Amino acid sequence: MDTQWETYEVFHQTKRGDPHVHVGAVHAPDPHMALQMARDQFARRMKCASIWVVRTKDVARTDYQDETFFAQILDKSYRDPKAFEAPDKGEH
Amino acid sequence: MNEKSQEVLLAEFDARVARGEKIEPGDWMPADYRKELIRMISQHAHSEIVGQLPEGQWIPFAPGFRRKLTLVAKVQDEAGHGQLLYTAAETLGKSREAMMDELLTGKAKYANVFNYPTPTWADVGIIGWLVDTSAVINQTMLAQSSYGPYARAMKRICYEEAFHIKQGYDSIVALAKGTPEQRAMVQDSINRWWYPTLMMSGPPTKLSEHTERSMKWKIKTKTNEQVRQEFINLIVPQIRALGFEVPDPDCKLNAQTGHFEYTQPDWNELKRVVNGDGPCNKERLDTRRKAHEDGMWVREALAVANKKAAA
Repeated sequence: MDTQWETYEVFHQTKRGDPHVHVGAVHAPDPHMALQMARDQFARRMKCASIWVVRTKDVARTDYQDETFFAQILDKSYRDPKAFEAPDKGEH
Repeated sequence: MNEKSQEVLLAEFDARVARGEKIEPGDWMPADYRKELIRMISQHAHSEIVGQLPEGQWIPFAPGFRRKLTLVAKVQDEAGHGQLLYTAAETLGKSREAMMDELLTGKAKYANVFNYPTPTWADVGIIGWLVDTSAVINQTMLAQSSYGPYARAMKRICYEEAFHIKQGYDSIVALAKGTPEQRAMVQDSINRWWYPTLMMSGPPTKLSEHTERSMKWKIKTKTNEQVRQEFINLIVPQIRALGFEVPDPDCKLNAQTGHFEYTQPDWNELKRVVNGDGPCNKERLDTRRKAHEDGMWVREALAVANKKAAA
């Protein structure tokens, strides 16, 4: 009997307003069971508002080997708020 | 995309580990690094799974509802840890099913300590207090491991193990405040678990085949002796504070080193027990096999339901 179910990646939201954070994976025969497994595995103690599960094989991912993907050729400091002067608060 | 030679890849890998960066699934890694991690993480997973059994036997007999609920929660945590670790090991390319087969057929190794019997209720408390304290010292170190998925699983596991230690200690304190018979039961349990718990951290470096490589790649960051010494330094004062004895007349604080000296466990016993010849190895594996077979109809039913839903 094959017990090698697919894995689902689990994303856990502690409370409304928080981001869903990746916490691990569970084995399950289908998405419905994956949610149940994820609840037992990741929410039996931790506070939890919501869980997402995604079939591991459906996750598209960047390749750690591909160093060019995130390469920063230009100086991108112009995207950084710290690169600009703050407004004068007028406390003179 | 990747036309680097093996030498360059290895040099980059070593440099990344040396810088303290984590290795992630999909990264290039030396075959021996992958092999060593699969060995360690799967043995660790098996230990969690088998680790449910010595204490699980006491669930029906736990004194009082609160201790029963606590013990159920603890044993459930061990199952959860096993599953977390299997999924961490799977990121290295070995399936959970293959690992479970190795456990069920007796090919895989797991922690020595779960092959000893738990004849008294004090043993449940002692496992939580002594065995889990030793485990947490090891696991806190492994939470710094160079392999990302292992380190992440360890962080979560350490958090839950803190509960395991506290509930064990709490249960021992209750017995320590009890009758002379209850105190004697605790002392007897300490006497039986002391050396198996010292063995848990593994053989001394000179007898360990794996330490040097694991440390070079920061899979672990401390030697077995360091982990064992940390455990002894922490636990001996705790045992004595409750008025119990460490069953080693030579266990005393060396004022110069700041470490407790101790008698070495019987390393041949460790070898025998991890290779299948301990007091309860057969019983543990028989129980696991039966649980696996008894659960088969559930897995089959889920597979059928899933097929129907897909049709």
